[in-house]
Amino acid sequence: MAEMIFAGFGGQGVMSMGMMVAYAGMIEEKNVSWIPSYGPEMRGGTANCAVVVTADEIGSPIITEPDVVVAMNLPSMTKFEPMLKPGGMLIYNSSLIDRKEGRDDITVIAVPANDLASELGNTRVANMIVMGTLLAKTKIVGVESIKKALRQVLPAHRHDLLGVNEDAMKRGAEYVK
Amino acid sequence: MAKQLMKGNEAIGEAAIQAGCRYFFGYPITPQNEVPEYMSRRLPEVGGVFLQAESEVAAINMVYGAAGAGARVMTSSSSPGISLKQEGISYIAGSELPCVIINIIRGGPGLGGIQPAQSDYFQATKGGGHGDYNLFVFAPASVQEMVDLIMESFDIADYYRNPVMIMGDGTLGQMMEPVEFKAIKKRDLPPKDWATTGCVGREHNIINSLALVAENLEKHNWKLQEKYKQMKENEQRWELYKTEDAELVMVAYGTTARIVKSVVNKLREQGIKAGLLRPITIFPYPEKAFALLPDSVKAFLTVEMSAGQMVQDVRLAVNGKRPVHFCGRTGGIIPTPAEITKVAMEIMGGER
Repeated sequence: MAEMIFAGFGGQGVMSMGMMVAYAGMIEEKNVSWIPSYGPEMRGGTANCAVVVTADEIGSPIITEPDVVVAMNLPSMTKFEPMLKPGGMLIYNSSLIDRKEGRDDITVIAVPANDLASELGNTRVANMIVMGTLLAKTKIVGVESIKKALRQVLPAHRHDLLGVNEDAMKRGAEYVK
Repeated sequence: MAKQLMKGNEAIGEAAIQAGCRYFFGYPITPQNEVPEYMSRRLPEVGGVFLQAESEVAAINMVYGAAGAGARVMTSSSSPGISLKQEGISYIAGSELPCVIINIIRGGPGLGGIQPAQSDYFQATKGGGHGDYNLFVFAPASVQEMVDLIMESFDIADYYRNPVMIMGDGTLGQMMEPVEFKAIKKRDLPPKDWATTGCVGREHNIINSLALVAENLEKHNWKLQEKYKQMKENEQRWELYKTEDAELVMVAYGTTARIVKSVVNKLREQGIKAGLLRPITIFPYPEKAFALLPDSVKAFLTVEMSAGQMVQDVRLAVNGKRPVHFCGRTGGIIPTPAEITKVAMEIMGGER
């Protein structure tokens, strides 16, 4: 069972990141759910979605104690790090977040997602850098399933971007090797 | 058809279309806007009509008209919009017309908020508008169940000539889950020989809810009541989860029932024999399910996203035989597994 929260500001691709993980889980015939924040909290710093991928029946799709938090900006990390289960994993975007101190009962992984994406020539794939890291560190779903999911989430006229997205995932995985 | 990942609100639209709905009249309101958005895109593709009315009042009266003409028709809204539609809903129920109404509930009263709630339970199950009438009301707990029930709802509406309401909440509307559109078992439906389809070669059909002679109106009311009695006899639906040996039965529906299911498992890990009774129809209320519970049950705990509405029906069904407790959050707050667990522990005598 994996309960994950993906958070960042609008435009960082956190919603589609969560959606791809859900899609990939469905491709792997697991039970999945994806739920976005749609309330007033959308209007001030953090957009987020909660994703559950599990072999069991999904009880609550709403997550109060995530196993994994992906934070793409500071307000997201501030909000969701305290919610993590003891022993959970925080993956944060160190290009935008200078994490000085925090919990010591969790695994913390820093990825300079924007910098690595810039090196690839497209800052918009910062989310896929983090996706690569997430998959390398958790094996929640397989890389091949995400590649299939990417074809579903990206509209057909954007399929020219499949390559750079896949490269970004590879880079994100290599970074934490 | 393979499973696809769909947002609840969009799945509502697709389910309706696959059930033969060709007319949608509505007015936008959060958190159900993806329903009209989806219908506006899909209905023209299948030769249907999508119309955004000037208000909720207009929309429900358009539903009244289309239903009177024998069409499969749907409207959707969220709490304040459903309140505006109540006059029309009462007329539709009084005129014995079939239609499907979606309520993706948000916190109230008044304009309230836009976060999920279940505080329209009374409105949905006890009438809502004026007069002695009831809607047939489903309360699905997942996107798949919502799809299955909507596809059936059009048949149920036609069968009873009565409006059917699907009561969801913001969570169910906004979340994505894998969904499959499966053919439903068709009911044997009578022809709509009452519909106003143009009276060439037959007598006029009149659709009306006005009956000024009290004796006639009373007769009409008893006829309606007979339908509700039949629904109570034949249509109650529920799910029992781990109740075989349960000492604490938790009663919850919709999104809340999913949270409670997690709580049941958590409590069992701690040695408390908990179970869940999940109503799927909330009118007719699944009273029959309570009779199936074992003697081991010591207490009930109703959990709702309201200040305590369904708990009254639980008390009626339990009929004083066991204590009925309540735990609820309101205004758009979703109860957490931890807080429900705490209440359950207190009822069962604290930590073990």
